[in-house]
Amino acid sequence: MSLAEQRSIDRTQMKVSDEIAIQITNMNKWYGEFHVLRDINLTVHRGERIVIAGPSGSGKSTMIRCINRLEEHQQGKIIVDGTELSSDLKNVDKIRSEVGMCFQHFNLFPHLTILENCTLAPMWVRKTPKKEAEEIAMHFLEKVKIPEQAGKYPGQLSGGQQQRVAIARSLCMKPRIMLFDEPTSALDPEMIKEVLDTMIELAEEGMTMLCVTHEMGFARQVANRVIFMDQGQIVEQNEPEEFFNNPKSERTKLFLSQILGH
Amino acid sequence: MSDIRTQDIAFVREEILDQQPPPRSQLGVAKWLRENLFSNWFNGLLTIVSIVVLFMVLSSVLPWVFGGVWDAGSLAECRDILNERFGNTHYACWAVITERWQQLIFGFYPETEYWRAIVAFVLMLVAIMPVLFDNLPRKLLWVTIAFPFLMVWLVWGGTIWGPLSVAVGFVIGGIAFSIIDRRYSSIIALIAAVLITIVWWLFIGPSVVEGLNALIPLGELKRVESRELGGFMICLIIGISGIALSLPIGIVLALGRQSDLFIVKMICVGFIEFIRGVPLITLLFTASLILNYFLPPNTTFDLTLRVIIMVTLFASAYMAEVIRGGLAALPKGQYEAADALGLDYWKAQRLVIMPQALKISIPGIVNTFIGLFKDTTLVMFIGIFDMLALSNAIRANSEWNGIYWELFVFIGLIFWVCCFAMSQYSQWLERKLRTDHR
Amino acid sequence: MTTITDPQQDGGFRLSQLIYDTRYRSTTIQVIALIAFLMIIAFLIRNTVINLGILGKDINFSFLGTASNYDINQRLIPYDSADSHFRAAMVGLLNTLLVAVLGCILATIIGIIAGVLRLSKNWLTAKIMAVYVESFRNIPVLLWILAFMAIFTEMDRQPKSFRGENAQNSMWLWDSVAVTNRGTYIPAPVWEANSSLVVITFLLSLLGIWAFGKYSMRRFQATGELLPNFWIKLGIFVVPTLVVYFLLGRPVGMELPELKGFNFAGGTFMRNSMLALWLALSFYTGAFIAEIVRSGILAISSGQSEASAALGMRPSRTMNLVILPQALRVIIPPLISQYLNLTKNSSLALAVGYTDLRSTLGGTTLNTTGRELECMLLMMLLYLLVSLTISSGMNFYNKSVKLKER
Repeated sequence: MSLAEQRSIDRTQMKVSDEIAIQITNMNKWYGEFHVLRDINLTVHRGERIVIAGPSGSGKSTMIRCINRLEEHQQGKIIVDGTELSSDLKNVDKIRSEVGMCFQHFNLFPHLTILENCTLAPMWVRKTPKKEAEEIAMHFLEKVKIPEQAGKYPGQLSGGQQQRVAIARSLCMKPRIMLFDEPTSALDPEMIKEVLDTMIELAEEGMTMLCVTHEMGFARQVANRVIFMDQGQIVEQNEPEEFFNNPKSERTKLFLSQILGH
Repeated sequence: MSDIRTQDIAFVREEILDQQPPPRSQLGVAKWLRENLFSNWFNGLLTIVSIVVLFMVLSSVLPWVFGGVWDAGSLAECRDILNERFGNTHYACWAVITERWQQLIFGFYPETEYWRAIVAFVLMLVAIMPVLFDNLPRKLLWVTIAFPFLMVWLVWGGTIWGPLSVAVGFVIGGIAFSIIDRRYSSIIALIAAVLITIVWWLFIGPSVVEGLNALIPLGELKRVESRELGGFMICLIIGISGIALSLPIGIVLALGRQSDLFIVKMICVGFIEFIRGVPLITLLFTASLILNYFLPPNTTFDLTLRVIIMVTLFASAYMAEVIRGGLAALPKGQYEAADALGLDYWKAQRLVIMPQALKISIPGIVNTFIGLFKDTTLVMFIGIFDMLALSNAIRANSEWNGIYWELFVFIGLIFWVCCFAMSQYSQWLERKLRTDHR
Repeated sequence: MTTITDPQQDGGFRLSQLIYDTRYRSTTIQVIALIAFLMIIAFLIRNTVINLGILGKDINFSFLGTASNYDINQRLIPYDSADSHFRAAMVGLLNTLLVAVLGCILATIIGIIAGVLRLSKNWLTAKIMAVYVESFRNIPVLLWILAFMAIFTEMDRQPKSFRGENAQNSMWLWDSVAVTNRGTYIPAPVWEANSSLVVITFLLSLLGIWAFGKYSMRRFQATGELLPNFWIKLGIFVVPTLVVYFLLGRPVGMELPELKGFNFAGGTFMRNSMLALWLALSFYTGAFIAEIVRSGILAISSGQSEASAALGMRPSRTMNLVILPQALRVIIPPLISQYLNLTKNSSLALAVGYTDLRSTLGGTTLNTTGRELECMLLMMLLYLLVSLTISSGMNFYNKSVKLKER
């Protein structure tokens, strides 16, 4: 993977501030008897780009889905943007409208056009007037480089385009944090790049990002921290250089050898 | 080794072969016959049996149909004509249809007012079109929304204010919902809106209507009593109202059955399973015999309305199951995406889930409607004169005593055309949904 | 870190938490729903009590124990007018079940034949079956019931026309079945002494077939050799029973219907009402079952039979081992719901005067006692019981065959 060769990235712009965006302390979660997340502690500063890697079933998706409460944690504390995720629905709604999320299967609404997909949440959640919402939507569609598709339906777009629309749809809510749940694993190889490019741009603008992905090139290039999870625990976290070149844990080494080995 | 082999198998085609016609045995009528009718001994046997059956049926039915008499005043007259013409009476007496078709279609509806029923029927077709075909202009949906009120006005007569006031009730409820929804939670808004609407319908609306009727009797039509309705018309009215009214109830029941709330779920499951577990006829008898026990003393309303209520409840249980199927067919990701964008439960249902689930459910809804439409013939048992009851009534008449098949064929044909067209539509839609962009 | 809002810490319980807190929200909604539901029920009960009061009635099921004072012409268990209303209801229920069971059997046979033939490569047969399916499916069952009834009552076969040297009509199947416009007479079995031995032999041979199947399977698994299963099973099915039957001097006889005076006597009498209902329900439901069978077979992708053929299996084995096990999973659930529909549709017996549950409990009993509420309630409960029994059977089946998937 050599994205850096194709595109020069200005890492200096990606500043990390001291302000805390997400704080997870002693979080635990069970599915019935099965302990999926075990004692997770994580602090994310504003502007950080974090890549979460790990074998399947290691709980990485579950962890980021807890951050906007698609999954409920059972123990511990999650504070997002100063608001604690509790059983209070108002807080949940507030956090969800400020945290954007992109899914592996895009989950665009197939009965709405691209533009309507993008304006839906601003209009009904933020109560933005329709005209304004459409302007915002077009702005972000231009940003992901598909303004000309605004009138089409998701089914008429390629996978890569759909995922970029999904990113634009999240951005329309002006989120302060973006979560990516394996955004490229359902894509054909030639479409992965266009999605990653969009994500890189987002990173350059200083967006706080948590990204579950197997794209190690992306991790090397954009992330300022890589977290390795296994069996529901954070096994290792480090800066990308150190993580890839000098992994400490045996499990990390094994994992890296398996995914980089060919 | 590989060098030699490569040379051996290397091959370049220098001329392109032209298309050749297939062997004779693979062509034409002979091939079709052999493949489709006589591919083996069993197939040949089937063909022969089929031809014999076909011949027996057609040789008796076709002359009966086409030799029939179209113009006569009674069955006896018919038979006289046939005896004169053929020497026997093994032919149809279509005269009963020429004489009584209006009654079979319109029941006892006053003849001078037939145009109203026809206008209502045409309006119904226009109203249904945009629901069935999504490439029609969406503005036609306004006809769909207005149709129920127009139909009541056209069919039953009176001034237009009554149906209008009911419509106003919906509008008031809708406005109340959107205002309260903006300030408080959706549940409160829903409860408040329903209450306000009911208050309007029960207490304010009727007096307003009375006043308006006295002041400006707009669009006054001759009143027609429910017992004058009948024939094909009553089947359509009951079927269409049943299916249209059962849709919202079915949606609520389906959501209730899908929900995590135990009590809500149990209530919905209990209702659905009860309705689906008993025959429609028992519900119709409930409507005609004991529904009055359950209503406040001295409330009486007419049988047609009671039947519509029961048919609606009946259809809503089946509708709920159809919509539940639609909901189950939606990928989980749609719910998650709606959640992740911060839409609450009701908004997610209204904007994301229901539009898709209902679209998937249309074939099922149409099938439910076909079933319901056929079942409307059951109302004959509780004294409503649908086509079958009218056929009995016609037969009870001394002129047409003993006539069966002509009436059955006519009624059957009407039902067949309607139901077959609908089932073809639902199959077409199923194919379309399967290939549509998803 | 900025503010932390934790509802548990600042200020205890607030009323808005009932709606906005996920811990209480579901309870709140359920309590509201329960209250609304109970209020509706209470409203209905209150109205009923007031209305009954006005009419001077009460709710009382003791009428079930009193003599019914009416006759039922079609009965499976002994009954006369001195018997109770409850027994009358049971006679009706059994009649409902009788026509339902007979209907399900015939509908399944018709449905399978029509469904398979509709898929046959024979163009003509397939088209004829399509016409059958589409015409029965798209016309109300009630019309079919009336039409079948009209066929039976209007045909020119009065019992007296069977009389005389050159009678107009004659009995069918070697003078064993008399189809008349008053009903159909079929032979009735006569059980003489020792006939139980024949029955026992027959049951034992069924057991033998099952045992042989087990043995043959075990032998096949151990040695890989297959016995001619079908022929051996057929032999076990037929031979022992026949041998015993003839050894004991044919203890099971037939009582044939005979013309006595102006009507037939002897044999089993099947009323037109029952025949019309039975045939109409069977043909109507059969059309639906044909579609279910057809789509069930079509649902199994051709890839399955190709894969099986590629493994070298013969078409009959492919059918038995690959296609049918999968198709049955698709076919059986809607099939059972068709059985359910047929059972419910049997209440249309009203149209032809067959004495089913609705006709006894919900008809004559209701009219003579004037206890509408009780009769309707009881009738609905009985129908519900039958339906729930059938559908729980379906659920049981669904659970047992569910494909194991991740």
